[in-house]
Amino acid sequence: MEATEIKYQKYLAKDYKSENAVRWCPGCGDYAILTCLHKALAELGVDPHNTAVISGIGCSSRLPYYMNTYGFHSIHGRAAAIATGVKVANPALSVWVATGDGDSLAIGGNHFIHAVRRNVDINILLFNNKIYGLTKGQYSPTSSRGFVSKSSPYGTVEDPFRPAELCFGARGTFFARAIDVDMKTQVEVMVEAARHKGTSVVEVLQNCVIFNDGIHNKISDRNWKADNTITLRHGEKMLFGKENEKGLVLEGWNLKAITIGEEGYTLEDVLVHDATAIDNTLQMKLALMDTTNELPVALGVIRSVEAPTYEQDYEQQIEEVQQKQPKRSFTDFLLASSNVWEVK
Amino acid sequence: MPTNAVVTDIKQVTIRFSGDSGDGMQLSGTLFSTLSAIFGNEIATFPDFPAEIRAPQGSLHGVSGFQVRIGAKDVYNSGDKTDVLVAMNPAALKVNAPYLKKGSIVLFDTDSFQKKDLDKALFKSQDPFEELNLQDIQPIGVAITSMTKSSLEDSGLENKEMLRCKNMFALGIVCWLFNRPLEIADKLLEQKFAKRPKIVVANIKALTDGYNYGNNIHLTASTYRIEPIEATKGFYTDVNGNTATAYGLIAAAEKTGLQLFLGSYPITPATDILQELAKRKDFGVKALQMEDEIAGITSSIGAAFAGSLAATSTSGPGLALKSEALGLAVMTELPLVVIDVQRSGPSTGMPTKSEQTDLNQALYGRNGESPLVVMAAASPTDCFESAYAASKIALEHMTPVILLTDGYIANGSSAWKIPDMKEYPDINPHFVQTHFNGDAGEWKPFMRDEETLVRYWGVPGTPNYMHRIGGLEKDQLTGVISSNPENHQRMVNIRKQKIDNIANFIPEQEVLGDPDADTLIVGWGGTYGHLLETMLRLRDNGKKVAYAHFRHISPLPANSHELLKRYKKIIVAEQNNGQFANYLNGQFADLNNICKYNKVEGQPFKVSDMVEAFTQMMEGK
Repeated sequence: MEATEIKYQKYLAKDYKSENAVRWCPGCGDYAILTCLHKALAELGVDPHNTAVISGIGCSSRLPYYMNTYGFHSIHGRAAAIATGVKVANPALSVWVATGDGDSLAIGGNHFIHAVRRNVDINILLFNNKIYGLTKGQYSPTSSRGFVSKSSPYGTVEDPFRPAELCFGARGTFFARAIDVDMKTQVEVMVEAARHKGTSVVEVLQNCVIFNDGIHNKISDRNWKADNTITLRHGEKMLFGKENEKGLVLEGWNLKAITIGEEGYTLEDVLVHDATAIDNTLQMKLALMDTTNELPVALGVIRSVEAPTYEQDYEQQIEEVQQKQPKRSFTDFLLASSNVWEVK
Repeated sequence: MPTNAVVTDIKQVTIRFSGDSGDGMQLSGTLFSTLSAIFGNEIATFPDFPAEIRAPQGSLHGVSGFQVRIGAKDVYNSGDKTDVLVAMNPAALKVNAPYLKKGSIVLFDTDSFQKKDLDKALFKSQDPFEELNLQDIQPIGVAITSMTKSSLEDSGLENKEMLRCKNMFALGIVCWLFNRPLEIADKLLEQKFAKRPKIVVANIKALTDGYNYGNNIHLTASTYRIEPIEATKGFYTDVNGNTATAYGLIAAAEKTGLQLFLGSYPITPATDILQELAKRKDFGVKALQMEDEIAGITSSIGAAFAGSLAATSTSGPGLALKSEALGLAVMTELPLVVIDVQRSGPSTGMPTKSEQTDLNQALYGRNGESPLVVMAAASPTDCFESAYAASKIALEHMTPVILLTDGYIANGSSAWKIPDMKEYPDINPHFVQTHFNGDAGEWKPFMRDEETLVRYWGVPGTPNYMHRIGGLEKDQLTGVISSNPENHQRMVNIRKQKIDNIANFIPEQEVLGDPDADTLIVGWGGTYGHLLETMLRLRDNGKKVAYAHFRHISPLPANSHELLKRYKKIIVAEQNNGQFANYLNGQFADLNNICKYNKVEGQPFKVSDMVEAFTQMMEGK
């Protein structure tokens, strides 16, 4: 982390901003995410030329064009696999994936879960607006059951994915959540995601102003946000509400939202967040909290555990093999192989 | 049966080891080939096995074969028909009966030619030879199973393990027939089972006893001696096409000093390439088994973006899945080597059988105007040369290159003179910093070399050249996304012209055979050995004929048109329904003299068939 501290001075958010005009719809939540990424990178102090931002297809995936880094706007769903190649090829790079709910959980679902499973050190920013925006308004794999859209005029008859569940199911080591309008938490979790070694999934609840406006209102609206969300921080009490007067406690196997001082609950009863617990049971419960079950939606870093990363273990294997077998020329290798004979 | 064996000198002989897929025929065949190569013969091998790992014992569809042709010289292919068949069961005899030459030796295991075995192979009578109408052959029945068991009585092996050694007993007999020194085989077995000394001892014992058995009772009228070749001096090894392909990539990476990256997914018959490269961490190779074919190629595209020599290996169905990503590599103009080890299709087809039916897919299987380089390897050892050449083109011309090999050359082996890499051409990747000396002042992401139209490779981690690439159409200079109509037209033209220009950097097409022939045989890919021999036989028959075998398909060598126009008749022979012939017609509208010879059986060409067919074509019948 020492190097990061020194580099911190070197860059400002604008150093990560490309000269390309940003072309999202006015009012789109993506603007905020872009700004936060600029800020997070400046805080991390990573060199723009050592940063690669990879994306798939969709509104979110235009993001690399607006970054003054190396960028790759690829094809639908494949960003996680491309990013895996980039990171394994050059582990020194800071590798980011910008993707949407359709891009990463529908057409790219396989790459998403396998990237998470491998724990390649990439940072996935999952813009979740629960809609296909660029194709003008079809339901997505995160749209709620019954959701009416152009491709589901009578409502969907399928249950959505919840990104955290997929991430945990794929044995994810890092999961965080933020809302587009909450810049502070976004920057915070992006920085944490970058510092975490392994695949980091950051779900950003993002508003599509054109096709799904207000889908996150219950939690993003200023009037309700304090009561309907909780920002989790490792080692801190799980408190929420305008005055932090509410908290989360365990009741049996379940989480319960309480008001301190009511029903006999005191501050002592409120749970302390442990993002580093290997057992993800409680983290999963936190990640799946929802206003429909009278619990606040969890924001912040929900899970962050240390585990070997794919690319580092790969490098180490190479190192170990090369220690046993010092480097030689290709011709020497062939000459030393088993079936060699000489014609004199 | 005569008791005095006569040693006969012959030039070439084709032997087929055949039995159940669990009988170890591939190992017998491989060992015999390798020791023949080490002995100094030319070899060409053809492992022909079912897709099932262990098909029902003794059944017709479970027959696994390994054919090897050995000779003093001019062994161009694995042979049409066999001089010696080792049949471990009746099914093996039945399946291979149509391919026996007159007078050929059939060595069979009498222990497994009992009624129940004959039933499994659907014989109706108790005499399979008569039932198959095999008259002009020399059957040699040996109780291979029981003799192997008694040979290994004191080995301390379990019954099952003992039985597994019967392939070595059979091999021992074959070694005696062909005067092969057993010492080499012993050494090979020691290497093969290095970690299981008991198995080594048992295998060597069975092998030796088989050999001695043949020697003691002089099994047949004649044994054969095939003189060693007078090959160019140097060190040799034997190699199959998949290994050679992997080696070609390693050699190219070494030449450039780049890291080799392979993203792949297991698929028959290409998996060996992934497996070989996964072993080569001593060269720092990064070979990733990804979650699917698409991730195989896209991870490689990522690695290419990040500055590696990037490759992906697959077969036809996998190439189909990679199509969209290939288009991305075309659009982003990244260097990428895509190896398609062709197999029978469409769909799953016949996974272990070979074909040349992916040419159209390689040339055209993408959306949009999507030109790229297509090459094809001619033989197991040529896979090395072709993979090296493909890497060079990809890196120097910033383009995906599809290298077509096929199951036949991928699994077939031949002797290979270990290359001296100093003799291979340099590879100069088109790095942006070497052309602009680290100064980004003049540079724009889609600037190109004026002569080649190749853009510069700016790799993440390089200061000053940050830029964005992607699948969207982009401005021809700045790389900023653009849907300007004139710009798109220009970019379509540039991408095509860039590939066409490569014709100036590849060797001219060579022609073998008669300089004043009227007929030209044209082939590409893994049929080289068969077509070459066909051409030579036609010449032996007094025909004037020439032969051009194409490694470079897109673009074609610069002299192709002029060359093809010289002939009155062109016979394009390929294992598909005429894909290359149609391609040539499409490239050169004035060629109206193409005859097609097509076979799509999933089996190698037969030289004798082609000699007959080409003779008729040449005589205008």
